Amino acid sequence: MDITSEQALVDAVKGAGGPVAVQGGGTRGVPAGGTVLSVAGLSGISLYEPGAMTVVAKAGTPVAEIEAALAKENQRLAFEPMDHRALLGSKGTPTIGGVMAANVSGPRRISVGAARDFLLGVRYVDGRGTVVKNGGRVMKNVTGYDLVKLMAGSFGTLGVLSEVSLKVLPRPETQATLVLHGLDDVRGVAAMANALGSPFEVTGAAHDPAAQNTMLRIEGFETSVTYRMDKLRTLLSATGAEIDVQGAADSDRLWVQTRDVAAFQGKPGDVWRVSCKPSDGPALAARSGAQAWFYDWAGGLIWLLANAGHDLRAALGPFDGHATLVRADVETKARLGMFHPEPAGLARLTSGLRAQFDPRGIFNAGLMEHAA
Amino acid sequence: MEMPIPNPAIMARKARVVERLQGVLPFDAVIFDERETRAYECDALTAYKCPPMVAVLPSSTQEVSDVLRICHEEGVPVVPRGSGTSLAGGALPTADCVILGVARMNDVIETDYENRIIRVQTGRTNLSVTGAVEEHGFFYAPDPSSQLACAIAGNIAMNSGGAHCLKYGVTTNNLMGVKMVLMDGEIIDVGGAYLDAGGLDLLGLICGSEGQLGVVTEATLRILHKPEGARPVLIGFDDNEVAGTCVSDIIKAGVLPVAIEFMDRPCIEATEAFAKAGYPMCEALLIVEVEGSDAEIDHQLELISEIARRHNPVELRQSKSAEESAKIWLGRKSAFGAMGQINDYMCLDGTIPVSSLPHVLKRIGEMSDHYGLKVGNVFHAGDGNMHPLILFDANKPGDLELCEEFGAEVLKLCVEVGGCLTGEHGVGIEKRDLMHVQYAAADLNAQMAVKDVFDPAWLLNPAKVFPLDASESRRAVQLAAE
Repeated sequence: MDITSEQALVDAVKGAGGPVAVQGGGTRGVPAGGTVLSVAGLSGISLYEPGAMTVVAKAGTPVAEIEAALAKENQRLAFEPMDHRALLGSKGTPTIGGVMAANVSGPRRISVGAARDFLLGVRYVDGRGTVVKNGGRVMKNVTGYDLVKLMAGSFGTLGVLSEVSLKVLPRPETQATLVLHGLDDVRGVAAMANALGSPFEVTGAAHDPAAQNTMLRIEGFETSVTYRMDKLRTLLSATGAEIDVQGAADSDRLWVQTRDVAAFQGKPGDVWRVSCKPSDGPALAARSGAQAWFYDWAGGLIWLLANAGHDLRAALGPFDGHATLVRADVETKARLGMFHPEPAGLARLTSGLRAQFDPRGIFNAGLMEHAA
Repeated sequence: MEMPIPNPAIMARKARVVERLQGVLPFDAVIFDERETRAYECDALTAYKCPPMVAVLPSSTQEVSDVLRICHEEGVPVVPRGSGTSLAGGALPTADCVILGVARMNDVIETDYENRIIRVQTGRTNLSVTGAVEEHGFFYAPDPSSQLACAIAGNIAMNSGGAHCLKYGVTTNNLMGVKMVLMDGEIIDVGGAYLDAGGLDLLGLICGSEGQLGVVTEATLRILHKPEGARPVLIGFDDNEVAGTCVSDIIKAGVLPVAIEFMDRPCIEATEAFAKAGYPMCEALLIVEVEGSDAEIDHQLELISEIARRHNPVELRQSKSAEESAKIWLGRKSAFGAMGQINDYMCLDGTIPVSSLPHVLKRIGEMSDHYGLKVGNVFHAGDGNMHPLILFDANKPGDLELCEEFGAEVLKLCVEVGGCLTGEHGVGIEKRDLMHVQYAAADLNAQMAVKDVFDPAWLLNPAKVFPLDASESRRAVQLAAE
């Protein structure tokens, strides 16, 4: 069904006779059954105020359209959302609604925050077909409960986003990346912790065990980037690693590759994403039973490539964090669950919330609920 | 401000409730004598007072759980309290309630510099969180102006901000995990020392829920290394609108200051008379602060000054030293005290899109004439969070009501131009009955449905946030259970 207005979305939800698969551009590998309900037709930027660093757009607006509008004013989506298409082999156009529904955040998550931290307001249609708004288009807002955060990362299971308002940030003058060569996982993660514990505002910290490269990104004014690169180099000289610096163009390319998990694109196997305490990263990766992995978020995010069907959560055992199955066939996703099982207390609350927001249980039914 | 009529059936059970609470808490942690409960009769919104039936001061998560379980079984409303610095009446008691204060729970549980987190009990004050990590060069970023006194528990309940949130965000952007006790006594853990807790973002929902979903007893907070330095520039303008345009130009130029503060003429005059910071007498004053090494600061301040010069400032003063910085900040930091010197005041905190600033200031000026009450405006200009201070005389009959009416008009204006009722203080009782202005019935219903899940009997801080008429049927569930 082609939905081009919020009212049409309301009608579609009210008229739904069974499960509904909520979609933006459908590029992110969300395994939901039922009639496809896409908001791709709800498209367009309704307001952009560069001086207030805010943009309001309909949920189906292509991410690329927003990024292009921001680039004209030298601004950007600072949370650096990943493009899943190359990793998943999916087609279609990534939408801003999809980014927010999946809380898609890239390498800059460690310094500026997640997608959810940039979401200022939402309009959505709940499971009864009621239009609800929450938040607004100003940066500071504590008026009532923050349903904006709840909608971010709810993968369409609580409601269908129709409009989002976002905070944007200036695009820095330039960037550079310091690369340390030859460190193993433990020393790589330690070097990243050292860099993040400095005053130099590292905006990306990744370690690739295959190449034994540890990468640290600095962004800002040219003079500032040069100064901070020198400072970081001095700070990390004690690691004994060989160090070089990648200039703006190479740096940009490196972080797009990191963001989009280029290392596992086109390689057979399942792809997992583990969020953990950074210093736990190397031990978790070592016992994961995966074939290959790399670290983003200074070790707090591990991307792993595992044999198809491998139960990575079972191999990891209990840990502080969670594992998401990002790429696998439908059968594996159904068997293992895309999302980490929740402890009983939280599961009771989340199913209570689902019952309130979507009493018929039609939106992406069962997607986020998976028995422990 | 209307509050629900206290339930006589609950008050009649006071002796039994006290006895049961004494059974799970140390003797001195249960306060029920009417002279002593008076210490908890209000928070920083002192215009409203009501001693609670009982106040309890538990020392552990288990004790909090025991208290809530008993209150749940007895059907007694519970009002959680951090340090009682809420400007919105978030911790205002009712005569039939138990005040649950977390002040005795102020330990640091864990500091972890490698992973850049601190885990604390939530009775700990905001500033003492930074105090626990600063010898290692770290700090906790959200800095509400009450940070010397306010507790992390209250910061989480209200999603507190501060002057530096333009760069570092507010509480919700710096909170990684909580241990929370639900009204029935169940203890849950959400998030932890890792980013983006799995499943639905309950952490984001809990932060800013004004103590209505549970009592947070422990928090995992993000800590950051301090910048090498910070210095401001002071810029004066003859015109509000020009000052607003200058703010917008600074932001568009790609400089992201850590703070942009704005003061208008009435506020400048009051602070100058009080603190003698050497401010120029003009229509609008900006204080813009940037961070980095000395050379980085000089570079950014020069860029900002260049932009400012295009707008013909009447004053442009770059700080070159810590002393000069302190002098520039002196007036701003004493603004509230200076206004308080003149008269009683009510401080609002509506947020507006920055582009609406000149229009809103003009309208506030007109309203000031209409109501015959003076207003000074202090403003976090980078993020649109206003702080109009309306002066009134608490001893003059009718003045408080007039001031509240004026305040309500200002907040309605904030919503009308695309902003909101409260940017960082919270709704509490103060803005509760204005929620209709910002949210339609369906929007409020969606929020109240969340409370239904966490606290089905509506016992936690029930008379706050939602207009009493909107929450009446839900609160009635509690009464019907009597």
